[in-house]
Amino acid sequence: MNPMLSLYQEIILDHNRHPRNFGHLDPCTHQAQGFNPLCGDKVFLTLKVGDEGDEIREIAFEGTGCAISVASASLMTEALRNLPVEDARRLIEAVHELIVGGTVPALLEEERYARLKALAGVHEFPARVKCATLAWQTLRAALDRKTQEISSDPRS
Amino acid sequence: MNAPLLHTPPPPTGYDVDRVREDFPILRTRVHGHPLVYLDNAATTQKPQSVIDALVRYYTEENANVHRGVYQLSALATERYEEAREAVRAYLHAQTPNEIVFLRGATEAINLVANSFGKAFVRAGDEIVLTEIEHHSNIVPWQMLCARTGARLRIIPVDEAGEIDLKQAAEMIGPKTRMVAFSHVSNALGTILPVAELTSLAHAQGAAVLIDGAQAASHLAVDVRRLACDFYVCSGHKMYGPTGIGVLYAREQWLEDLPPWQGGGDMIETVHFDKTTYASAPAKFEAGTPNIAGACGLTAALRYLQTLGLSRIAHHEHDLLEYATARMHELKGVRIIGQSTRKAAVLSFVVEGVHPHDVGTLLDQDGIAVRAGHHCAMPTIEHFQVPATVRASFGLYNTREEVNRFIEALARVREMFLT
Repeated sequence: MNPMLSLYQEIILDHNRHPRNFGHLDPCTHQAQGFNPLCGDKVFLTLKVGDEGDEIREIAFEGTGCAISVASASLMTEALRNLPVEDARRLIEAVHELIVGGTVPALLEEERYARLKALAGVHEFPARVKCATLAWQTLRAALDRKTQEISSDPRS
Repeated sequence: MNAPLLHTPPPPTGYDVDRVREDFPILRTRVHGHPLVYLDNAATTQKPQSVIDALVRYYTEENANVHRGVYQLSALATERYEEAREAVRAYLHAQTPNEIVFLRGATEAINLVANSFGKAFVRAGDEIVLTEIEHHSNIVPWQMLCARTGARLRIIPVDEAGEIDLKQAAEMIGPKTRMVAFSHVSNALGTILPVAELTSLAHAQGAAVLIDGAQAASHLAVDVRRLACDFYVCSGHKMYGPTGIGVLYAREQWLEDLPPWQGGGDMIETVHFDKTTYASAPAKFEAGTPNIAGACGLTAALRYLQTLGLSRIAHHEHDLLEYATARMHELKGVRIIGQSTRKAAVLSFVVEGVHPHDVGTLLDQDGIAVRAGHHCAMPTIEHFQVPATVRASFGLYNTREEVNRFIEALARVREMFLT
């Protein structure tokens, strides 16, 4: 495929135009802010993880960025809903392998994750890899640091 | 809109851009199967063959350390290095070559002034005045100085066109002001600043003036004596010369009054463990082995610019700017950021609904190199309330045909994202 078309697949353009789960959850149980100082892309994630801390019930993101970073965040939020936290961590690794390593890991062949393969084209654009990985790194930070208490404004 | 402009040939300046392009080997490069259209000249310029040859000649035939050996090669290297200082003096119209200090670039030159001038003249409660459209290199060194001394920064705002508010400048520059530092040309917007007015305001209050000429020195004729500034800085690599060589011009009295910044070889007169005396300027500010090859390359670059003629270069670039601006207005959903009536050949813009990075990646696929981001001028970009911009900046080798390719590619970007 033309590398340009593989980078900007219809699904990427669609998620950029109409980002899913855009906004922030209040209250939330986990949150993290991601920032790419090189290009100014920002993503702010809020999550509600179930009482036993084992399943992501809801997730939302907001921020500004290019089509790749917005679509990556949007696709991520879709894939994570109702996913056990341990599976989410495995998914972070798999997506990293897809974007940075350039190979499709077995996990992403599963039906429920198949759409994430649209991010594979980024591998051919080294300058854009960080755009695609920003949301996923922010997710890892959010899962590692549980929000102390539910705050009224998670950004304060 | 300037419709007639689009279809009239360029004015007869005697400027043969096709001939000029032959001097730049990199312009024969192809990118993704397309001839390179290099529109990132505000980041760095490409090098003519004469500059490349000067570097090769230096390392092939002339390499030795300067100001040291009694042998012929060292004398030759020293001669080449001091020739470069004279070439810069002539280019900037300084009084004497002793007013020219070689450094790594404009950034290092500003850091030197912030450190040495700061140490000698800036105290708690003093003020340093900058403008809102400075490059980070003309913000951060002053912030660091303020943190060390307890001085404070004051920022002259710009209006929606990207022009300096001189009324506010007059109010801000006062008896507490020690230094007023501003660009000659804004890197993010292209605005040519009212440098004469700002300098007068500063001098009327007894403040010193530093002009960041990184974006100006290869596009406008610079005369530091007419500008009457205290300090002027520029970078070789933005003037068709090599990277790693830059210039600080300082009026001679300043170089005597300022303490040295870095210590080492070459900047001393005598060294004893109980006492060291320093060399006089400019050597006092050039500790360690300098970038001799870079200086040779810079000499070649300045000769190249002077042979083409700065007024003809400025004319050619202004023509490109007007043509590109008019053609941009043909495109729907494109907003030009920075619309000063006095601009260098920089077009900063945003495309409605398309992030600047996506624009940059898509243009690259057509072989067109532009910058996307905050251009090391975050406060400037924040002023216009956009996350980033795309910037096309033109140089002496760009053509109207290249502008056409750029505009056509831009039209395709919008089509792809918005349909």
